[in-house]
Amino acid sequence: MAETLLTIRDLTKFFPGIKALDNVHLTVRAGEVHALIGENGAGKSTLVKILTGVYFPTGGTITMEGRELAFKNALDAQHAGIVAIHQEASMFLELSVTENIFMGHHLRHPKTKRLDWKGMRERTRELLDQLELPIDGDTLVKNLSVAQRHMVEIAKALSLHAKIVIMDEPTSALTTREVEDLYRIVRQLRAEGRAIIFISHKFEEIFQICDYFTVLRDGQYIGEGFIKDTTTDRIIRMMIGRNIDHMFPKKDPKIGEEILTVENLSQLGAFQDVSFSLHKGEILGFFGLVGAGRSEVMRTIFGIDRRSGGTVRIDGKPFVPKGPHEAMAKGIGFVPEDRQRQGVILSMSIGNNITIVQLDSLCKMGITNAKRELEVTRTYGEKMEIKAAGWHVDADTLSGGNQQKVVLAKWIGTNPRILILDEPTKGIDVATKAAVHEFVSEMASQGIAVMLVSSELPEILGMSDRVVVMHEGDVTAIFEREELQEEAIMRAALGETKEARRA
Amino acid sequence: MRESQVKRTPSEPLLQRIVKILLDRREASLVILLAIMLVPIVARSPQFLSLDNINRILNDISILSIVAIGEFFVILSNGIDLTVGSIIAFSGMASGMLNEAYPNVPVVLILLLGIGIGAAMGSLNGLLVAYGKIPPIITTLGTMSIYRGMTFVLSKGTWVTAHEMTTTFIGFPRRTFLGISALIWMAVIVIALTYYFSRHTRPGREIYAIGGNATAAKFVGVNEKRTRFMVFVISGTLFGFAGSLWTARYASAVNEMATGFEMQAVAACVLGGVNFAGGAGAIPGVVLGALFLGVLNNALPVVYLSTFYQTLVQGMVVLLALIINTVVDQRKTRKLLAQRRAR
Repeated sequence: MAETLLTIRDLTKFFPGIKALDNVHLTVRAGEVHALIGENGAGKSTLVKILTGVYFPTGGTITMEGRELAFKNALDAQHAGIVAIHQEASMFLELSVTENIFMGHHLRHPKTKRLDWKGMRERTRELLDQLELPIDGDTLVKNLSVAQRHMVEIAKALSLHAKIVIMDEPTSALTTREVEDLYRIVRQLRAEGRAIIFISHKFEEIFQICDYFTVLRDGQYIGEGFIKDTTTDRIIRMMIGRNIDHMFPKKDPKIGEEILTVENLSQLGAFQDVSFSLHKGEILGFFGLVGAGRSEVMRTIFGIDRRSGGTVRIDGKPFVPKGPHEAMAKGIGFVPEDRQRQGVILSMSIGNNITIVQLDSLCKMGITNAKRELEVTRTYGEKMEIKAAGWHVDADTLSGGNQQKVVLAKWIGTNPRILILDEPTKGIDVATKAAVHEFVSEMASQGIAVMLVSSELPEILGMSDRVVVMHEGDVTAIFEREELQEEAIMRAALGETKEARRA
Repeated sequence: MRESQVKRTPSEPLLQRIVKILLDRREASLVILLAIMLVPIVARSPQFLSLDNINRILNDISILSIVAIGEFFVILSNGIDLTVGSIIAFSGMASGMLNEAYPNVPVVLILLLGIGIGAAMGSLNGLLVAYGKIPPIITTLGTMSIYRGMTFVLSKGTWVTAHEMTTTFIGFPRRTFLGISALIWMAVIVIALTYYFSRHTRPGREIYAIGGNATAAKFVGVNEKRTRFMVFVISGTLFGFAGSLWTARYASAVNEMATGFEMQAVAACVLGGVNFAGGAGAIPGVVLGALFLGVLNNALPVVYLSTFYQTLVQGMVVLLALIINTVVDQRKTRKLLAQRRAR
């Protein structure tokens, strides 16, 4: 067996109120492709951020080639030989390939300190040749495809003499041919004795390219083993095996008539042929992995994005919104995924945040009625049990959970008939989570039709009357409440049951 | 086979490569625009392209180029410096008063005084932005007034006029070397030094990194605070230097000098293809942008446009140039996207 390169023992990371990592182990050997597997929120990203010096661990040890490491910053990790292939976030789009590779460790003339462009260009060509990439080093990165940008990042890792290369979902935006290219390079790196930590949700590629795996769940180490000695089934069981706690106060639904009908809705490059129906008083869950296209479907129904085909009917009448205002006029409310960027206006008070969607009814001849406004704020703010110093304080002083309550309060104020919730409990504490679930059940029991997008399987299982599962833009299954089963849902989300699609 | 694929560029004909490189750069469209603008002007007055007039235009844009380059570094780092006119005024006033009070002090020392004043004022801007975390536009909005106010305090409201200064000082911008005026030489030296700095030194490239993607820059170990501080020192220094030159060239130092000059500096940058959000742009573009403005200022009287209309037309032409630039850019991006999809 190859020598051990990196050993992580008892790694722990606390964030206020959340245990992101709890005694995690990881052993990586030279010349192996190591799959890091887990659901969204299992702690993979946190682990990567610690390994690349972005986060500082709360406890535990990281040992590399016999030396214990403690990174003070990202640069330390790079010097130690750990390089992550980030997605576009870490590139300088307006600069050339050569410069992106050497930014931070430019080659310089030893005496004059003049930058050695000739040397850097040559080295870039060597690196690109080594990876057999037909890219010109002088091209600006903004003119490269996503796949080519990945390759440039890999070339950069080589220029840093990386011993461990971390790839986080490297194939998510690539075409089949580009994926082949990436595999070729991964195999080449492995043959050179480097280790690759490969994060992926796609079992097909894990079994194709990886040698070894480690599974995390809810921030905890679950198990590890050789890929060749395991099966997809066993790994899926390791990923989801947990108890559903009593966090889901599901009320007996009184499901009414059909209110929303979606047929073959498509948006080029995001999702295709999505069909489902939604009834009054129903909670319709949408499950899938990140990038499955669920949010995009919601955004299209709400009129933020344009569709490229298909029909949406509300009460049997075709509905083609020109913008969110038309969706709102039809009684649709939308609590978006990115709370900070799309949901709350951080620099505005709680009161203003809540009343902003119903200013029309609060205004008389363009002048707002402050007393009425305060009344509305109090009614819905108290209903949601928002904890704050007062209704006038700015939203950015609130905790994430309370911000989410503000967003929810805002939408109940509009008396919606259809409520879209996109990851309503993402990143908020357990107590608020339960409050949000309570609220969702309450809404449904009043006859509001709810669409609940969530990447958390327990939430989906606990809350939904029916579940639509999506994978890479396709609806792979629709389950009734009585047939909800973790394993089947996970399979559908991973695209394992595409052929077994139900109408 | 692979080899030839990787190194395919040299196999293209040279001319084709040059054309491609030109079209790839934002500067190219500015050159073309400049040429288009020259056609009616030269048709109206062939003298416009006489050596004399070219020399006049270059003299006119020398100070603007120096100042625009200072502004360039700040914009490149995703900031803005509004203290252009105020630093020019204080440094120019100090230079004039020094020359009036001590006529024997050599010109070189006067220029160094201007540079020193600019560096000090720029450092204060840089400190506030980089270490005080005050947004550049707010910081320089404040210091702009402070520096202008300091000029009034220094001069006690008076002017320094031509006859109060020595002929050596006010004559030096016009002294020629190899047939080219000292003023133009100064600009050439600044352009050469800053070009080298921006392309061939590590701190120079790190400004591009900070402006292009501050997060990524941090990941590769760029010191953000130091870099942000540095750009303001550079800009201040160049503005201070320009102040001394301004007083000598226009042979007077008044409290209101160079008011609003920051707008010209910003216009030259943006015309020259500098990305207002930071991270992209180059010195040659900035100089071309200054040249464009210089030609425009110089040409409007030539085509007998009433002075009442000059500012108006100037603004419209600048805006038009920017619109063309943006449209060309968007077209290019769309073409690229289409290519990528086709693959």
